[in-house]
Amino acid sequence: MSEYLVNIENERLSFFTPAGEVKALNDVSLRLKEGEVLGIVGESGSGKSVTAYSLMGLTAHPGRLIGGTLEFNGHKINDMTEKDMCTIRGKEVAIIFQDPMTSLNPVFTIGNQIREVIKLHTDKSKEEVQARAVELLTLVGINEPEKRLKQYPHELSGGMRQRVMIAIALACEPKLLIADEPTTALDVTIQAQILELMVELKNKLGMAIIMITHDLGIVANMCEKIAVMYAGKIIEYGLTDEIFYEPGHEYTKGLLKSIPRLDAKEHEKLVPIEGTPIDMLNPPKGCPFAPRCDSCMKICLREMPPVTEFSDTHYTSCWMHQKKEFEGGNVQ
Amino acid sequence: MKENPLSFQLKLKPEDFAPASDSEKESLTVMRESVGFWKDGLRRLKKNKIAMVSLVVIVLVMIFSFIVPSFYPYSYETQIQGANNLSPMTYSSNEQQAIDAGEKVFPHVLGTDKLGRDYAIRVMMGSRISLIVGLVATAIILLIGSIYGSVAAFFGGWTDMIMMRIVDIIYTIPDILLIVLLSFALKAPLESLSQVPGFTWIQIVGKNLISIFIVFALLYWVGMARMVRSQVLMLKESEYVTAARALGASNARIIKKHLLTNCIGTLIVTTTLQIPSSIFTESFLSFLGLGVAVPLPSLGSLASDAINGLNTYPYLLFAPALLISLIILSFNLLGDGLRDAFDPKMKN
Amino acid sequence: MKKYVIKRVLMAIVTVFIVATLTFFLMNLVPGGPFMSEKAISPQAQAALEAKYGLDKPLGQQYITYMTDALHGDFGDSLKQRGRTVTQIILSKFPVSAKVGGLAILVAVCLGIPLGCIAALNRGKFLDNLISVISTCGIAVPSFVICTLLMYFLGVHLKLLPTFGLASWKNYIMPVASLAFYPTAYIMRLMRSSMLDVLGQDYMRTARAKGLTQFISLFKHALRNAVLPVVTYLGPMMAYTLTGSFVVEKIFTIPGLGSQFIGSINNRDYPIIMGTTIFLATLMIVMNVLVDIVYKLVDPRIKLK
Repeated sequence: MSEYLVNIENERLSFFTPAGEVKALNDVSLRLKEGEVLGIVGESGSGKSVTAYSLMGLTAHPGRLIGGTLEFNGHKINDMTEKDMCTIRGKEVAIIFQDPMTSLNPVFTIGNQIREVIKLHTDKSKEEVQARAVELLTLVGINEPEKRLKQYPHELSGGMRQRVMIAIALACEPKLLIADEPTTALDVTIQAQILELMVELKNKLGMAIIMITHDLGIVANMCEKIAVMYAGKIIEYGLTDEIFYEPGHEYTKGLLKSIPRLDAKEHEKLVPIEGTPIDMLNPPKGCPFAPRCDSCMKICLREMPPVTEFSDTHYTSCWMHQKKEFEGGNVQ
Repeated sequence: MKENPLSFQLKLKPEDFAPASDSEKESLTVMRESVGFWKDGLRRLKKNKIAMVSLVVIVLVMIFSFIVPSFYPYSYETQIQGANNLSPMTYSSNEQQAIDAGEKVFPHVLGTDKLGRDYAIRVMMGSRISLIVGLVATAIILLIGSIYGSVAAFFGGWTDMIMMRIVDIIYTIPDILLIVLLSFALKAPLESLSQVPGFTWIQIVGKNLISIFIVFALLYWVGMARMVRSQVLMLKESEYVTAARALGASNARIIKKHLLTNCIGTLIVTTTLQIPSSIFTESFLSFLGLGVAVPLPSLGSLASDAINGLNTYPYLLFAPALLISLIILSFNLLGDGLRDAFDPKMKN
Repeated sequence: MKKYVIKRVLMAIVTVFIVATLTFFLMNLVPGGPFMSEKAISPQAQAALEAKYGLDKPLGQQYITYMTDALHGDFGDSLKQRGRTVTQIILSKFPVSAKVGGLAILVAVCLGIPLGCIAALNRGKFLDNLISVISTCGIAVPSFVICTLLMYFLGVHLKLLPTFGLASWKNYIMPVASLAFYPTAYIMRLMRSSMLDVLGQDYMRTARAKGLTQFISLFKHALRNAVLPVVTYLGPMMAYTLTGSFVVEKIFTIPGLGSQFIGSINNRDYPIIMGTTIFLATLMIVMNVLVDIVYKLVDPRIKLK
């Protein structure tokens, strides 16, 4: 049993599509202790969700793990059979998906879908299961839980449904909760409520959370650590403060510049990151962000940047920092 | 994570850290070539082997039924003396004598029927009739259905309500009953109409064929009308049409540029898939004896005729049965291919 | 719900009325009369017969008389099968057709749904390709072709099964098989595609994330959603089995409603034509309402409008 709840080392995962191999994850390494909250930030297609799903053994066809090791709560995910995975999914690790509108089965009642997961992983009696379901709905702040349990998903609003999804995820008090953009599909006011609920539940229940999002505002509020992903790689990793105040990678800097701030000076403009993410079918040889990078150098186009460490908790992969070391004569 | 392995292997030079030019950066972003709707669809269609094979089969059947009969030495209605119920590739005694005398007699590839007509040419003519019915009926359905559907969708409100209720009613009517009745009932009026000057062409086309077309025109457009209506409604509500309207595009332009180009994929597919179902219905009617009139054959009536002699002359059944299945199958597969190529949304 | 019932009943009445009217006038367009073909009949006797059945009156009046009687549940007597009312005849013929048709629907559903699922679960593999080929061919072969081929090989050539009538259970095999062929193939296709669609849905991912085994998530979560298009198809399928039964009854000489109908048109037995049409139209409407209700039971999102 390692000291980490989650320990992903050098994970490589590819989707074997008819058009060719798409390398969705390249040497992704992540560690998470019990009760920690990690944010994974990145654009669509950067591999955030794929990382999380692979941890649950939910990699969609035609994706395949081709290297690295994944450990969770003492289980070696790589070696586990589908049957073994079923015993930890929903029990030790649970997930909340992005779109609550489509994530609940339309033809079953809310109650049916909550009770299902409780029945599956515990041997509670019928009454206890029902009581637990009511308790869960109360926990996630849904009024009149008994009545709601009899309703169908289409009779609830988006925010309500996401609360139900959270209730399902928390049903067996998992050690790790993965939240895959839990607020993206919701209205802004509802977003705030759901996030507040998650913070509250985290404090109450103390589970670890992996928060996947493209919204830096969310991670700033909730997370202790942040991993920034780009094109299937973690390009910067650090404590929340380190990422926000001393961003090391040009992409992180770009992300930070592109969010509006309350303390911005008048007439200060938001700076978007120009260009589009790379074609994952034919990734470039060098730094994947190079084509969009303002400070791009010749080496960036040719070679993958090595890792530069700033502290025990903060590292990045960017040639800019190698340049500093090179010019300072510190190259090993 | 801790090491920095790359720096060991790489010999870095100061110029490596010089800023890269924009052109160098751009060389890395390979843009995929964008292709138009038709080009893209055709490319996908050409890649689809099954669809292409079906297309070839359809073309072959068309040649077989429209061109070959003109060169064929027999006619579908001529009854050859003494050549009744010949097996495939055999000759009547008269013909045998002629052959013995050194004349060349074209073989009866599929034998002859009980009236001594060459069966191969009858099968060809039969598939010609089936194809004509399939294509013309589909054209009628397409015309009526798309006009009806788009009118209903365009005007909306009460017009739409009433028009769609009519469709609902026609939809619930057990069509087969009406078809049977109609085919019976239309015979006499068409007969008298064909005597009227100006309508004598009915005799040439055949009044049963006309009545089949009328049946299709009356009953089978409802599916098409529903489909077109829902397409138009969907497009009418869609944001790019709103956007086009906001930009001041005229109605004609919106119809031409947006509605048609977006509808056309679905329309092509539905039409292609309607052809086999029309052929299907025609063969069914002919089989029940409600289709084309003697001596004109259709694949359905040929199969129907063959049943009576099934014990002795089973081969009379196989040719039309096989051909009709082949035609319907090829059109279905081509339709599937077209759908995959032009209307990926509809793919299932 | 109340609104739905009222709406459906109104629609049904209008539809049946239109069907009846159409049939009435179409049928009278068919040349010849009911008593033409009987040679032994004298013109006086024919006139007497026509007077007896009211056929000498103007068409409009005949129509009104018929419709009034029909409203009171009286569909008249057969003109050819003396002494039997239309209701009697239909009630004696319909069970025969219903048995064959019902069995065919049962076979189609019981074979089509599982095979479609199997194909979807084995997507792209041998089993899927095999099932797809079968179903593609299945929807391309008209029922009369199936019928005649079955009849030739199993009945005439191998003499395994009887070729006409419905004397024993063996007689049912070929008619039911040929009638079930198309709907089975169609349901297989439908089920395969809707299953593939459902398998890609987010709630299936949720089911797996809960720790449900593939088997349970398939049976509980996927099947009920995937079966919806098949339920929708049940309505047209009834119509098809009706249609198909015309051919099947003709080929296998089954004394059902279909062959009765064709026969009565040939005989100009007007009351039977009318009665059968109204009966079948009503049956279709009732079936469609049933399908609507089943759909509502399977999918709670549907509101009956």
